[in-house]
Amino acid sequence: MSTAPVFDQLSVGDTVAERELTLTRDRLVRYAGASGDFNPIHYRDDVAEAVGLPGVLAHGMLTMGAAGAVAADWLGESGWVQDFQSRFTRPVPVDAVAGAAVSVTAVVGALDTAARTARIDLKVVFEGATVLGKAQLVAAFA
Amino acid sequence: MVNPEIQGRVYPPTQPYLVGREKIREFARAVLSESPLHLDSEAARQAGYSDVIAPPTFAVVVQEATLAQLLADPEAGVDFTRVVHGDQRFSYTRPIVAGDELTATLTIAAVKQLGGHSMVTASSSISDAAGEHVVTAISTLVVRAPEPDDTAAEGSAA
Repeated sequence: MSTAPVFDQLSVGDTVAERELTLTRDRLVRYAGASGDFNPIHYRDDVAEAVGLPGVLAHGMLTMGAAGAVAADWLGESGWVQDFQSRFTRPVPVDAVAGAAVSVTAVVGALDTAARTARIDLKVVFEGATVLGKAQLVAAFA
Repeated sequence: MVNPEIQGRVYPPTQPYLVGREKIREFARAVLSESPLHLDSEAARQAGYSDVIAPPTFAVVVQEATLAQLLADPEAGVDFTRVVHGDQRFSYTRPIVAGDELTATLTIAAVKQLGGHSMVTASSSISDAAGEHVVTAISTLVVRAPEPDDTAAEGSAA
């Protein structure tokens, strides 16, 4: 684990966390069970193809949740997540064998010294393209 | 097309959802979180919480019951098979903690039509057993326009 972040040491543009994730089919099944989202496009190729998708897709909320975890894990006990938003701009097809390799980079986007909050911008990339738009999390420091 | 008349509609509060410690752990593992605050009660207590706290997107579990209300409303006219998740936001007053009993109230904040698609903004205000606000979960659902073939089928059926 990295050391706990300190608000006064942050600067806009700092990369505070990076992680490479592999979203596999069993990962999608776990997320379906944990979240209650059992849409079959997340586990059945035949259903996904019947509705015109390239194949089984990761839940957008799994991608958002995993990206948020990268920032929340970095924040740790130093604060808490006040706000988290994202647009779902591009699907993440998950290959039955290889899964989908997704990279997450968390960068300080803005600092509010009066409120002691840091806006963390999350860049989430799959096959060279960003899959979440305006993925921003506001970390409130104690 | 989604019925624009549902804009402003407020649905009845959902049944209280009791947030379980193991559910938080399960959800945290599912989103690949490694923070002890979601997994270890003792670590969470040392950080000042009464028990493990939920990852930032956990509120989707509670919000889901409100979106089910929208989909089940025959007046809304939302065709689930054509729904795509457009965007999502969570605005917290405090983190969700194991032991919370949460009730969600859905308001349809906006219904917009854009090039045949309908965009429904659903805002679910989630409060604890004391009635204090915990988090608001806002989803924009994009209901895609029917294919030309579907339109013809609807026309002939009318």
